[in-house]
Amino acid sequence: MRKNSPLAYVTLIAAILLSAFPLYWLLVVATRGSDVVGDWPPPLLPGGQLADNIGRLFAADGAHFAKALLNSAIASLTVTVSVVFFSTLAGFAFAKLRFKGRDVLLICILGTMMVPVQMGIIPLYMIMVKFGWVNQLQAVIVPFLVSAFGVFLMRQYTEQTVPDELIEAARVDGAHTFRIYWTVVLPALRPGAGVLALFTFMGAWNEFLWPLAVLEQDNPTVQFALNQLSTSYYTDYSLMFTGALVAIVPLLVVFVISGRQIIGGIMEGAVKA
Amino acid sequence: MTTTTRLPHAGRTSPRAPAPPDAPSPRPRPLARLAARGTPYLFIAPFFVLFAVFGLYPLLYTAWVSLHEWKMGMKGDFVGLDNYSKLFGDPDFWNALVNTVGMLVMATVPQLLLALVVASMLNQRLRGMTFLRLGILLPIVTSVAAVGIVFSQLFDRDAGMANGLLHLVGIGPVDWRAERWSSWAAISTMVDWRWTGYNSLIYLAAMQAVPKELYEAASIDGAGRVRQLFAITVPMIRPAVIFTVISSTIAGLQLFTEPLIFAQGSNAISGGSLRQFQTMSMFMFEKAFRNFDYGYGSAVAWMIFLIIIVLTVVNFLIVRRTR
Repeated sequence: MRKNSPLAYVTLIAAILLSAFPLYWLLVVATRGSDVVGDWPPPLLPGGQLADNIGRLFAADGAHFAKALLNSAIASLTVTVSVVFFSTLAGFAFAKLRFKGRDVLLICILGTMMVPVQMGIIPLYMIMVKFGWVNQLQAVIVPFLVSAFGVFLMRQYTEQTVPDELIEAARVDGAHTFRIYWTVVLPALRPGAGVLALFTFMGAWNEFLWPLAVLEQDNPTVQFALNQLSTSYYTDYSLMFTGALVAIVPLLVVFVISGRQIIGGIMEGAVKA
Repeated sequence: MTTTTRLPHAGRTSPRAPAPPDAPSPRPRPLARLAARGTPYLFIAPFFVLFAVFGLYPLLYTAWVSLHEWKMGMKGDFVGLDNYSKLFGDPDFWNALVNTVGMLVMATVPQLLLALVVASMLNQRLRGMTFLRLGILLPIVTSVAAVGIVFSQLFDRDAGMANGLLHLVGIGPVDWRAERWSSWAAISTMVDWRWTGYNSLIYLAAMQAVPKELYEAASIDGAGRVRQLFAITVPMIRPAVIFTVISSTIAGLQLFTEPLIFAQGSNAISGGSLRQFQTMSMFMFEKAFRNFDYGYGSAVAWMIFLIIIVLTVVNFLIVRRTR
């Protein structure tokens, strides 16, 4: 930590304005008509046409925006709940239970983190064809129900936050292992699991390549629907921008509620890396 | 209940850790003991089952598919490495590789330098620290596809603000999508915008562990801000630098959403009329899901994977050696 300087404030405020500007411009165009795009100087204040634009968005041919929102909400929430549950469960087993082959299995999980998922996307598509899941919502849910990163993160977190004595005490009281997980370990993991939930939700909501491969136009997720807007309506800017705004709102809500935890998660991860 | 004092294990299990499941119960019943032994496996099984089916199997199967003529979902002949040799002779693949690496360099270098500057600014006693950090981080919590739409408009030839600003300084309108360099610049700007704040937080976390006496000593010796940044900060936070270089490289080699949205129109997957900004991931998607040539697409997937491994290792070696 060094003395503060006006230069730091000027640089940082400039960086924040640049960070916020595209989102502000998104708001301006989404609340106005497409005619303002290209005006010079550009309009600087939001207009009053947001409700109109939202009405047009949900009526737009081929975008299926209402369905997309519902699909994305179901998929992201299911994936988040599942990843948090299985990650904390497996993380607890790896951190606190002893069993044969534990270290080898943990290394396997670490190894899988290095492999980019999209490399297996073609056979994954073939599997979906076999299961009859093409254009079904479960195709964008089931492959993401577990996360190697999540298991690893929760294993580290359990090691650091749950004392062995606590588990022993519960065992002496006669609790079986799942009950210990549920009543002792899970409550203690809440902050770490919360950060994992935030990142998982953001990742699932933003998933783009896989839905584009496995879903079709009539049953899209939000990101898929946005792509649909940008290929079929690329002159109707207020419509596209309204769609983009709607797609961002859940993420902004998450950010406003839990920005500090997100920052903490990123910075803590960096120190450990 | 988590306040019990206990030395941190630093990520390793102490050899003397007690073994809860093996603790003898008052009345040992064989069935109960068997159940207790099986419990840990039950806890980790969901991960391994799901991962095996939807993660590992597809990856390995990609290699098998890539050795076949496999079109429209129909398995044809085993063709050995034919798909790969066809790939080496395919100018569109090399074009996609050049585009991907070009955009990777154009996006990563300024991004990490900027992040370094922002982080060193944040690493001071400032009022409103939380607000500043949140502001810097804002771009990462947006949707890539949504932001792609905004930037596509900002870089529009006729109606975009980028050209409006260039006009102010007397530079004629640029047709951003038409040329290689200009489309790369526009796409790299999107990537930079999104990731600079994230990387600066990673640098900041590392910088906070650097002892401030080093800076005091350097100041006394007359070293300026910039000198201190490169002579003290960067070497001291090298693990964080390695982490960001490698994670940006891996992400950059898989670049897909930004260029696809930027392309607009119905043939977006080819990345412009002359494939001037088609990335490797877009090329793979085109082969597999537009031309339904799964064998060829799988060969592309494995090539991307190998390139990722090679470049990651090269990067790691370079960054580790730099002082």
